[in-house]
Amino acid sequence: MGTLNRAEEFSLQRRDVAKRIAAVGGENLLMVTGLGSTNWDFTAAGDRDLIFPLWGAMGGAVPLALGLALAQPDRRVLVATGDAEMLMGLGSLATVGIQAPVNLGIAVFDNERYGETGMQTTATAHKADIAAIASGCGIAVTGTVRTEDELDAAISSLLEQPGPAVFVIKVRAESLPFVLPAKDGAHLKDRFRLALLGDAAIV
Amino acid sequence: MDWWKDIYAAIKEADVKQVVYVPDAGHAALIDACTADNDIIAVPLTTEEEGIAMLAGAWLGGQRGVMLMQSSGVGNCINMISLMRTCRFPLATFVTMRGQWHEFNPWQMPMGQGTEPALKAMDVLVESVEDPEDVGKQSAAILHRAYVGQQSTALLLHQRLMPVKTFGK
Repeated sequence: MGTLNRAEEFSLQRRDVAKRIAAVGGENLLMVTGLGSTNWDFTAAGDRDLIFPLWGAMGGAVPLALGLALAQPDRRVLVATGDAEMLMGLGSLATVGIQAPVNLGIAVFDNERYGETGMQTTATAHKADIAAIASGCGIAVTGTVRTEDELDAAISSLLEQPGPAVFVIKVRAESLPFVLPAKDGAHLKDRFRLALLGDAAIV
Repeated sequence: MDWWKDIYAAIKEADVKQVVYVPDAGHAALIDACTADNDIIAVPLTTEEEGIAMLAGAWLGGQRGVMLMQSSGVGNCINMISLMRTCRFPLATFVTMRGQWHEFNPWQMPMGQGTEPALKAMDVLVESVEDPEDVGKQSAAILHRAYVGQQSTALLLHQRLMPVKTFGK
C-alpha cells in the first residue's frame, strides 16, 4: 500500500472519536463543526442547540470559534473540523496564536481526504503536518493522535486543560452514511444564541 | 484628518467589543486607539475572510464586532459573506478605499473599482462617504443597520479622505 492510501488503515474511526469527545464535553460545551464530515459525526453523536455546524464557509471554522471563544471567556469552546477545511484557513492558526484564548480547543479529524467530493487526497496525505504548523504559529499545546490512549489524553487537553490546543486526530478514510443536522443557517444561529444567551439573544 | 475619531466614537457608542482588522494606513490611528482600549479586543488577521467568520462567532457569543480593512481585502471575503447572509448574522465593516483618487499604484485599481459591485453582488448594503464631516453620522448609521436592522453593511471611506500615497515617486 502506498503512502497516499495509508489512511484507509488508520485505527481510529471518526464516529467513535466524536462520541468520545461528546461524552467528555457534555451538555455545556460550545461547539463549532466544520464543513462537512465533522458535521455528520457530531450529529450522529447527538445533535444539540450549542453545536453550530457549518454547511459552507470553508476555512471559517477556526476563526468563527475564535470570535466565540473571545466573546465567552468563561465557557469552553471546541472546534471539530476536517483536514481540508483546516488547510483552507491555515492563517487562522496564526491569529489564534496571537490571541491565545485559554478556553479554545481545535480538533482536526484528519482522514487525509476531501470527504464530500470523491475522497481525493489532501496535502496531509502528502507532506503537510497541521500540528507542526500550529506549533509554528505559537500554539503551545499541539499533537498528532493515532491510538486510543493518545486520544484520551488529547480529549483532556482539548476540553479540560488550559489552551489553546490543537490536536490532529488521524482517522480512517471511510465513507459513512450521512447523519445531517438542520441546514437553515438562521435557525442554527438562533437556536445556539437562545440556548447560550436566553432572552438576550432576541434583538 | 481626525475623522477616524468619529468612527471610534460610533464604535464605542454601539458597544462594540471585537475590532478585527487587516491593517491599512487609513485605519492606522483607529487601530491604535482600539488596541489601547481595554474594553475592546483588537484582533490582527492574516486575511480578511477570517474576520468575517470571527464576527459571526462574536455574535454567536453575544458580542458585537466590526472589521476594518482596505478595499483590496473585500475581494478576499466574498465567499465567506455567504455565512452572514445565510445565517442572517450582522456584518459591519469600514473599508478604506484605494484605486479611486490620486492612486499611484495601478495594482490597486481593479479591486478598488470592483469593491462596491462585489459587495452588492453578495447583498451587502453599501454606503460611501467623502466628506469628513459625515463620517460620524454614517458610521453610527451602518452600525445601527447591522446590529438593530440585522443586515450586512459596509461603509466605504473614499480615498480623498486619506493622504495621497506616493512611496516617494
